[in-house]
Amino acid sequence: MIKSFTQSKLQQFALLFIVFLALCWLVQKPEGYKYFVSAGGGNEESSNWLWRLPALLAWLPAWLADSINFVMFDWITIDVYNELLEDDEEISVVKEFTRSVSWAVLFFIQTIRELLVGGIKTIVTFTSWGFINENPWARLPGLPWTVVTGAAVLLGYNLGGRFLAILVGCALTYIALFGQWEPAMKTVSLVLVAASVSVVFGLFLGIAAYRSKAFEAFITPILGVAQTMPQFSYLIPMFVLFGLGDHAGALATIVFATPPMVRLTLLGLKSVSPEVVEAGLMSGCTRRQLMFRVMLPTARKNILIGVNQVIMGCLAMVVIASLIGATGIGDDLLKALNGLKLGKAFELGVCIVLIAITLDKLSLAWANKPIDYFADLSFSERHRNKFILLAILIGGVLLAFIGRYIFGDGINYFFIIETNKGISADKILDAGIDWFVTVLFEPLEVFKAWVFVDVLEPVRAAFRGMPVIATFVLVMGIGYIVGGIRSALVVGGYLLFIALSAWWDRALTTAYFVAIALVIAGSLGALIGILSAQNERATKVTLIVCDTLQTFPSFIYLIPAIMLFQVSNIAVLIAITPYAMIPAMRYTIEGLRNVSPALLDAGAMSGVNRMQRLLSIELPLAFPHIVLGINQTVMFALMMVIIGAMIGSTADLGELILGSLSDTKGIGNGIILGLCVAFIGLAIDHILNTWAKARKDALGLA
Amino acid sequence: MKKLTNNLMAGAVALAFATAAVPAMAADSSEPIVIPTHNWSSQVVMAYVIGGIFENMGNNVEYVPADSQAVYEAIRNGDVTISHEVWQSSFGKSFYNAMAAGGVIDAGTHAAATLEEMGVPQHVIDNNLCPGLPNWEALKDCKDVFVTADSGGKGRWLEGPQSWHGDLMPERVDALGLGDDYVVTFAGGADALWAEVAASKKNNTGLIVFNWTPNFTDADGFVFIEFPEYTEGCRKADGGDGSCGSPKGWLKKAANYKMPKTHPAAYTAYSKLSFTTTQIGQMAALVDVDGMTHQDAATKWLADNESVWKPFTN
Repeated sequence: MIKSFTQSKLQQFALLFIVFLALCWLVQKPEGYKYFVSAGGGNEESSNWLWRLPALLAWLPAWLADSINFVMFDWITIDVYNELLEDDEEISVVKEFTRSVSWAVLFFIQTIRELLVGGIKTIVTFTSWGFINENPWARLPGLPWTVVTGAAVLLGYNLGGRFLAILVGCALTYIALFGQWEPAMKTVSLVLVAASVSVVFGLFLGIAAYRSKAFEAFITPILGVAQTMPQFSYLIPMFVLFGLGDHAGALATIVFATPPMVRLTLLGLKSVSPEVVEAGLMSGCTRRQLMFRVMLPTARKNILIGVNQVIMGCLAMVVIASLIGATGIGDDLLKALNGLKLGKAFELGVCIVLIAITLDKLSLAWANKPIDYFADLSFSERHRNKFILLAILIGGVLLAFIGRYIFGDGINYFFIIETNKGISADKILDAGIDWFVTVLFEPLEVFKAWVFVDVLEPVRAAFRGMPVIATFVLVMGIGYIVGGIRSALVVGGYLLFIALSAWWDRALTTAYFVAIALVIAGSLGALIGILSAQNERATKVTLIVCDTLQTFPSFIYLIPAIMLFQVSNIAVLIAITPYAMIPAMRYTIEGLRNVSPALLDAGAMSGVNRMQRLLSIELPLAFPHIVLGINQTVMFALMMVIIGAMIGSTADLGELILGSLSDTKGIGNGIILGLCVAFIGLAIDHILNTWAKARKDALGLA
Repeated sequence: MKKLTNNLMAGAVALAFATAAVPAMAADSSEPIVIPTHNWSSQVVMAYVIGGIFENMGNNVEYVPADSQAVYEAIRNGDVTISHEVWQSSFGKSFYNAMAAGGVIDAGTHAAATLEEMGVPQHVIDNNLCPGLPNWEALKDCKDVFVTADSGGKGRWLEGPQSWHGDLMPERVDALGLGDDYVVTFAGGADALWAEVAASKKNNTGLIVFNWTPNFTDADGFVFIEFPEYTEGCRKADGGDGSCGSPKGWLKKAANYKMPKTHPAAYTAYSKLSFTTTQIGQMAALVDVDGMTHQDAATKWLADNESVWKPFTN
């Protein structure tokens, strides 16, 4: 009996669930307990520790904020005489240091930006503002959009052939003609700098982690936290440390975009086969030569996929980074939305997606392009692209000069079409959106009322009504069943941090959003995945849809949700679902398509029909991989819930994280709240990953 | 941007001939004056208007997007030079906190009086959805008009983001004895507020929403609820019981403490500068009603209103 119990996970789970329900029933909400004492504050104090733990860590955010501010502004100071003020001025050394980092980052962004669209700051850097005032001619002119587009088309053609060239050409022409060239290029300049820094950092950290096991062990948890921490929570730290502006936006973007690069570099290096390394050593490579001449080129594909991930990460941040001063198309989009100019916002959103698709396809084509080591090219073949580029440059500039005569004082369509002066369909779009919302209003109201009253509210009440002891028993119990005592302690540790903060009620609310999104997005995604895996062509189409949806910066998903559902929990869930569905679909398809054909043949020989094959062979074998997809769905949902705070009415952790953005003293709140969110993610990640790994081992798939 | 500069330069040259020379003063530094842009139209247009005035005086100007609360800390640190729309009710506290910490100075007050308050879109009054409004006591009898799917059977007050006024509105609801009938929900941003206003207008439903004037919603009509009058210290945070409305507020200008020394001429102009409610409304309407870009709106406003802003500069 006991033996069968220790072996049957199902029985263990059943018992755990019974204990959990009993605890929920035993420990009821104390009389008069209100879930939020105040909008900004945390839990109400409860004397019943089984219901809520005391907020022993409530001092942490303020302490953190004070410490950072002290180090930043008061730690090491020197008095410097300021001629203008005619007085001594206290200067903080740490601040001067961080500001010089900002200055360097800003310099690169501005230089690229002004090469693309013109400006004076690059020249100011080498001279002074006074020089500019005296010499009004001193200004970078910027390139005509035709030249930049031509160069991008050429790049596309060389990397991915005719199709890619046409795609890139159309995307950039659209952006230029719709009068979004300047903000788009501002964004591109920021993305290029942030992405380059992320790639270099990522490579460096990845190599270091490959060379030293200790460093790998040190950096892995940090990467985990960095990838699960909501982007909002490190915006204010960046603002305090580096000041307001494009540089702060770029640095926040770097924090977000670097972790996948580290992981993929490490993965790439680890998967270099020992034979290759041996061959390198036999040819007498030094350590450095081995790394840069042998291993990195061999791991090229993984590394370039990393570059692709970095670029996508950077684009996902463009709207969010504008909250701390990044200019460009993200800022314009936020301003359009804040004035409820939905047509304009839609057009800007399309531009961001087009930039994302262009950069995504270009970098992927680069990753997939084989290097021809044996090509023996003539002089003209080797330099052909340079000649074409030169021709594009001269042609484009000439065209811009001709344009000056054709268009006179109006907009020179051959140079740079001024912001918002191009074609625009925003009036038509506004009318269209208006019509759409009017038509859908009645049915949506009914739907909204039903979903909220009968589905969301009961679930939310159930989540909030869980006594803390029951939550711990449930989560740690699952951890124990899945991964033994170690796992139980790990997830228990994550929970304890949240439970001792002042925000347990809010964390439960966040968990409620994630749970609902998981059920909807996970089941829909898995279902679509299963259906499309049955057919070669459907598989292809679904994967393309996944790719495209994934290039949309997360903020874009909020726009339709807010239009149709206004400020409500449903709007938040509607925004999360399509985004969180992506990994569920992708992993399901991958899992099913990768089932070994030998096993399927064996099944066919035993005479299984199609349904039996799916249910008894494919699904069980693919299940661990599908669970990894579900795990990613949780991570995507968690990230999106926090961004969903921009819709409002969530009353969860995200609402406070968003609030901390407006408060420089909120630096502590932002970080600790961010950690709470990260720990929810890491706890779930730990359980699902451990389970999938054990299961894959058991099935002999690993 | 260049066009704006050129136009202004041309105007400046013309005017320099027409009027007497500017009184002699220590020259302004050629370092740029950094002006923040926030997420509402009047503020952005006014940023470009003020930038245009500074450029007209020969200064260099830079614009940076910034959060409207966090900007005061940025001024303190010197990352941003001015903030030209300090709304008493929403930003008064951040402004004074930054002043107390040192580094921010009060550069005078606009002529415009402001109000930031809960209110209802015009159709709620026109169609008499809640008889007795705008007097707040009318709310006692018509919570059903303001119930939404997710407000748990209570009428909903849609407040701005929690970061704008913290617990002010929930405290007021309780203090007025409306706690059993109404609940406060926090929107995620101004866009969410306007989405709700537009939807309620379209469907003729009730909506209590946070708003302010001058704002672009003035054009469509918006009625603020009349709560018991604001008195000094009546808010809970100031020791009162919280049962009072918002004050008719001031609209101030803030600047970094170094600005009077580094840009004396520009600072003098900035401290004289004062816009009325109508003028601010005009600036917002150029963008929100006429659909111009913020920069073009500023150029047009400056060209049309030279008699208003010229006196500030000398």
